Amino acid sequence: MSDHHHHGDDRDREHDRPLSGPALRVKALESLLTEKGLVDPKALDELIDTYETKVGPRNGARVVARAWTDPAYKERLLAGATAAIAELGFIGRQGEDMVVLENTPKVRNMVVCTLCSCYPWPVLGLPPVWYKSAPYRARAVIDPRGVLKELGSEAAEDVEVRVWDSTAELRYLVLPERPAGTEGWGEEQLAEIVTRDAMIGVAQVTVPARTRR
Amino acid sequence: MNGAHDLGGMHGFGPVEIERDEPVFHSRWEARMFALNHACGFHGKWNIDMGRYAREQMPPAEYLATTYYEHWLFGLQKLLVEQRLVSASELHSARPDSKTGEARVMRVSDVGSYLRNRLAARLDEDVPPRFTAGERVVARNINPAGHTRLPRYARGRCGMIHRDHGVFIFADTNAMRRDKKPQHCYSVRFTARELWGPEASARDSVFIDLWDDHLDPA
Repeated sequence: MSDHHHHGDDRDREHDRPLSGPALRVKALESLLTEKGLVDPKALDELIDTYETKVGPRNGARVVARAWTDPAYKERLLAGATAAIAELGFIGRQGEDMVVLENTPKVRNMVVCTLCSCYPWPVLGLPPVWYKSAPYRARAVIDPRGVLKELGSEAAEDVEVRVWDSTAELRYLVLPERPAGTEGWGEEQLAEIVTRDAMIGVAQVTVPARTRR
Repeated sequence: MNGAHDLGGMHGFGPVEIERDEPVFHSRWEARMFALNHACGFHGKWNIDMGRYAREQMPPAEYLATTYYEHWLFGLQKLLVEQRLVSASELHSARPDSKTGEARVMRVSDVGSYLRNRLAARLDEDVPPRFTAGERVVARNINPAGHTRLPRYARGRCGMIHRDHGVFIFADTNAMRRDKKPQHCYSVRFTARELWGPEASARDSVFIDLWDDHLDPA
C-alpha cells in the first residue's frame, strides 16, 4: 500500500477508527490506481471540492429567482432552458440539455430517475440520498400523490401531477410557483427561499415565518 | 436488462425519507469514490452508457442491499478490468504489477474544463424523426439481456409524443457495442391509468424520454 497521505484523508470521518467495508475497498482501489499512475489524488481533491463548495442548489435558486422577476428571462428559460441557464454561467456535465418545467396552480411537476439517478448537476449539485434511493425511484411514478402527501406537499384533487422520468440525457428542473407575500422582493431575497426539493418538484416554495411581514 | 436497478412501480421499500441539512458526501470514501469514477472515466476507455450498464450488472440482491456509491465501486472495478486499465490480480491484491502507459491522466488543471465540457449526447446528424408531437405510440415489449433505457413499467404501454428532443446517441447500443446509432429522442406522455390501471388518477401522467427504436406507431 502507498504511504502517501493526501488532503482527502485529513478530513476522513473514519480517521481514528479502523476502516471497514467500502471505505477500505475504495482506499485500496485509490492506492492501486495512484501507484499505477492512472489517477492523481490532487485531481480527486479538486473534483470533490467543486461539488462540496462550488456547485449546488443555490445555482438553481438563482435561475428560479431570475425567472420570477424577469418575464423575458422566464420566456427564454421555458423555450430553451440550456441557453438561458448558461446566461447565468451554469453549464457542463449532467446539464448539457436542460428542460425547465413550470408549475402552475393547476399543474405540479415532479422529477425522478427510476433507472439510476440522473440529476441536473450544474444547477442542483449532486443528488441527495433520498433521490437516489429505492423508495423514491420505485414510488414516484406509481404513487406520486402518496409521495407528495408523505413529504407534506399534498397535491389537491383538481391539480394535475406530471412525473418526469429522466431516462435519457435530458435533465429537468422544476420552476416552482412564486409564493404569495413576496411582492416587491428582489432577486437575491427570492433566491434565498427557493429550495432544492422545490426544484425537484416534491415541495413548494413558502415564505418562512421569520421573513413574513 | 431486467435488473434490480429498474425500480419504477415496485412496492415495499418504505417511505421516502428526506434528511435535513444533508452533506454532499456522508463519508470520505463516498467522496473519493465519486472522484475516482470521474478520474478513471477521463482515460476515455468507456462511455456513460457503458458506465450505467456496468453498475446495473451488480447482482440484484446485492444491488438492493448496498448504497449508491457501492454501486459505483462495483461498476468502476468491472470497467477497469474489462477495459484493461488494471488486471483482476492487481484488483485482488491492491498492488500494481506494472506502471501504466496511459498518458491521459486527469490533473488538477484538467478538472475545470472536464466539468464544463459538454458530453456529446446530442448529435448534429440529420436523421429524420419517425414520429411527430401529438402522435400515438406504443412502447415496444422488449426484454434485452443488455442495457436499455426503456423501463419495464412502460413496455407495451401506449403513449403520446409530447415533444421531439432532437437527435441523440442511442444509449442501448452505445452501452453494448459503442454504436451511437443516431436517432430522435422524444418525451412520451403516458397516462397514469394506462400505466397503472383504473385506480390511478385520471388527471396524472408520466413523461418518459424514449428513442425511435423503443417505439412503434399505436
